[in-house]
Amino acid sequence: MLGVARRKLGFGLLSATRVLPAGSVLAKKFSTAAKEITVRDALNSALDEEMSADPKVFLMGEEVGEYQGAYKISKGLLEKYGPDRVLDTPITEAGFTGIGVGAAYYGLRPVVEFMTFNFSMQAIDHIINSAAKSNYMSAGQISVPIVFRGPNGAAAGVGAQHSQCYAAWYAHVPGLKVLSPYSSEDARGLLKAAIRDPDPVVFLENELLYGESFPVSAEVLDSSFCLPIGKAKIEREGKHVTITAFSKMVGYALQAAEVLSKEGISAEVINLRSIRPLDRATINASVRKTNRLVTVEEGFPQHGVGAEICMSVMEESFEYLDAPVERIAGADVPMPYAANLERMAVPQVDDIVRAAKRACYRSVPMAVAA
Amino acid sequence: FPLCPRISLPSSSMAAAAARRVSCSLLRRDHRHLLPLLRPFASSAGGQPQLTVETSVPFTGHKIDPPSRSVDTNPSQLLSFFREMSLMRRMEIAADSLYKSKLIRGFCHLYDGQEAVAIGLEAVITKKDAIITAYRDHCIYLARGGSLVESFSELMGRRAGCSKGKGGSMHFYKKESGFFGGHGIVGAQVPLGCGLAFAQRYLKEGTVTFALYGDGAANQGQLFEALNISALWDLPVILVCENNHYGMGTAEWRAAKSPAYYKRGDYVPGLKVDGMDVLAVKQACKFAKEYALQNGPIILEMDTYRYHGHSMSDPGSTYRTRDEITGVRQERDPIERVRKLIVSYELATASELKDIEKEVRKEVDEAIAQAKESPMPGPSELFTNVYVKGFGVEVSKPGRISDPK
Repeated sequence: MLGVARRKLGFGLLSATRVLPAGSVLAKKFSTAAKEITVRDALNSALDEEMSADPKVFLMGEEVGEYQGAYKISKGLLEKYGPDRVLDTPITEAGFTGIGVGAAYYGLRPVVEFMTFNFSMQAIDHIINSAAKSNYMSAGQISVPIVFRGPNGAAAGVGAQHSQCYAAWYAHVPGLKVLSPYSSEDARGLLKAAIRDPDPVVFLENELLYGESFPVSAEVLDSSFCLPIGKAKIEREGKHVTITAFSKMVGYALQAAEVLSKEGISAEVINLRSIRPLDRATINASVRKTNRLVTVEEGFPQHGVGAEICMSVMEESFEYLDAPVERIAGADVPMPYAANLERMAVPQVDDIVRAAKRACYRSVPMAVAA
Repeated sequence: FPLCPRISLPSSSMAAAAARRVSCSLLRRDHRHLLPLLRPFASSAGGQPQLTVETSVPFTGHKIDPPSRSVDTNPSQLLSFFREMSLMRRMEIAADSLYKSKLIRGFCHLYDGQEAVAIGLEAVITKKDAIITAYRDHCIYLARGGSLVESFSELMGRRAGCSKGKGGSMHFYKKESGFFGGHGIVGAQVPLGCGLAFAQRYLKEGTVTFALYGDGAANQGQLFEALNISALWDLPVILVCENNHYGMGTAEWRAAKSPAYYKRGDYVPGLKVDGMDVLAVKQACKFAKEYALQNGPIILEMDTYRYHGHSMSDPGSTYRTRDEITGVRQERDPIERVRKLIVSYELATASELKDIEKEVRKEVDEAIAQAKESPMPGPSELFTNVYVKGFGVEVSKPGRISDPK
């Protein structure tokens, strides 16, 4: 994008006063000097700023320090904040998660990194029984201002034990907040919100998104930037069908919306951002507008996020539905390794397009489908 | 055990006035009415008369030189130990009756027999030091400054309870006095305790955490994970194994290949302590606190015993003999030990001690009566405290419960 602008104006400085001709697609972006950052940098800068702002914030996990982070999310933080605040742990999730929760009981603000959320299962008792429930059991005496973060869901070719999505598991539990960013703006704003929040937050990132770049405004780059927890974002407005998604699937849903628009179907894409609390108001308002819903998630279908969204819409907006809710989810199998099978096990853009068409009655009737 | 342990006393010149100068600030409850009863001892420089008592058995160390078995104490401390332990004993026995009358429901794990651990520990720490334990927590709560009324109210699920009735027997807390619960998951409290110690070191507070667990929990993997990290990071944590020899119904030798729990830390030093001797507990905890502040984790194994079963659902006699239980009660009861000490040093007469017990019983009965008056929590309390910063109820079936936002 900027490269094109550079070619047009000649090499050298691009000053804001030398604006492109009004009709140019780039004019708007250029005049607001939009910057792009990767999700990785967004997370790194958010951690950096929150650690700088509050001395009680510290980071612990495997390889977060000297290795600069297994996925380089914590790059440079050890050097900047020292080994008392950026702690490399042994490979003992139950132990170090319990230690993190205990530190939160005392009043510190730990950020506990799981190399992937598959390993969080080793520590899940501490996440749920020690963290989520304590404020309730103590009637408000013991609050737990902790963040559990790390990559969630499928990566590429990592097999069954390293590919599960835990959004439904953690969002099931009262006492937890569960966030899942998509873009760099989401990553920055939601991680900052999570660290500042006085309750335990499960922060589900995605390894395949770390390297993706997104444009961010100056507001997003400001150190005080924060997104509200519990609010979804309408990534793309539409009229005919609502598509909900979170994390990587937002990108797929947006691609599906592009495909659909060429066939005259205008899809509204909602980026959930917050799985618990779910922004039921935004979802329902959208469904009341479009009358059709497709839920998209990467995880297993049974008892998933889509099932909850469907129920919420049934409860609040049943009369507005013109078609049954469509649910797109991962295949109900442990993740296979072979590339073709893996592709089939995870939702693809085509699946979302077909589901949207079904919801719009633009496909073969269901009775005929095998 | 010896009736008259070797003692060392200052010369026996009488100083009745000195006895009256017993410092009241050392007494957690008002014992001033007992002052005339204290036999005169020469005091050093006008302070509290000092006593030195030997512990029942010497300490055994693992990778550490154990402290001396001569423990310093004084009359008011011994009297307060007697009173506090009697209060705890009475509270637990009363809880037994309340459970049988169905006023306490669910789980109720009683501590009677183990009082010396709670009291000896509390005697040498401050409210800035932290304690965390598992579900046998009523007496630790009391030792940390909790009240009888809040305790009974919580057990009966009433509003006046320390957790407003929402926690129950296993979830007592008193954060402002450094008591972090109260946990239902065996062993989980140990990493949590190491986390408390982490925070204390991070904030440079110069305080320590005592993480209590049982012989059953001593085999938990997460304990070793947390101990490893604590040793690596020099966390000021003391792991206290309250070894009452039974993990629910399983005797220690059936659960642990090595029931020498004070040695299980391997590279972490440990001390084995007679947990029925409050002075031994006191000495060990004082030693451990000083050690942990300088060097990182240490393990204390308290050899103790519970008279009740694992919980009120367990008669406690299917896996151990009644003879064993009565034997411990006769030979090693912590309250009886202190009673004998007090009587043998003539700090009070047997009947004066009986009066204290009667007083304690009355206090407990009054607290129960008061707790019974407290109402159950209001229906809106169902939805409070889920979050500190909540967003309203997530899901409630429309029409069944009104939805307080």
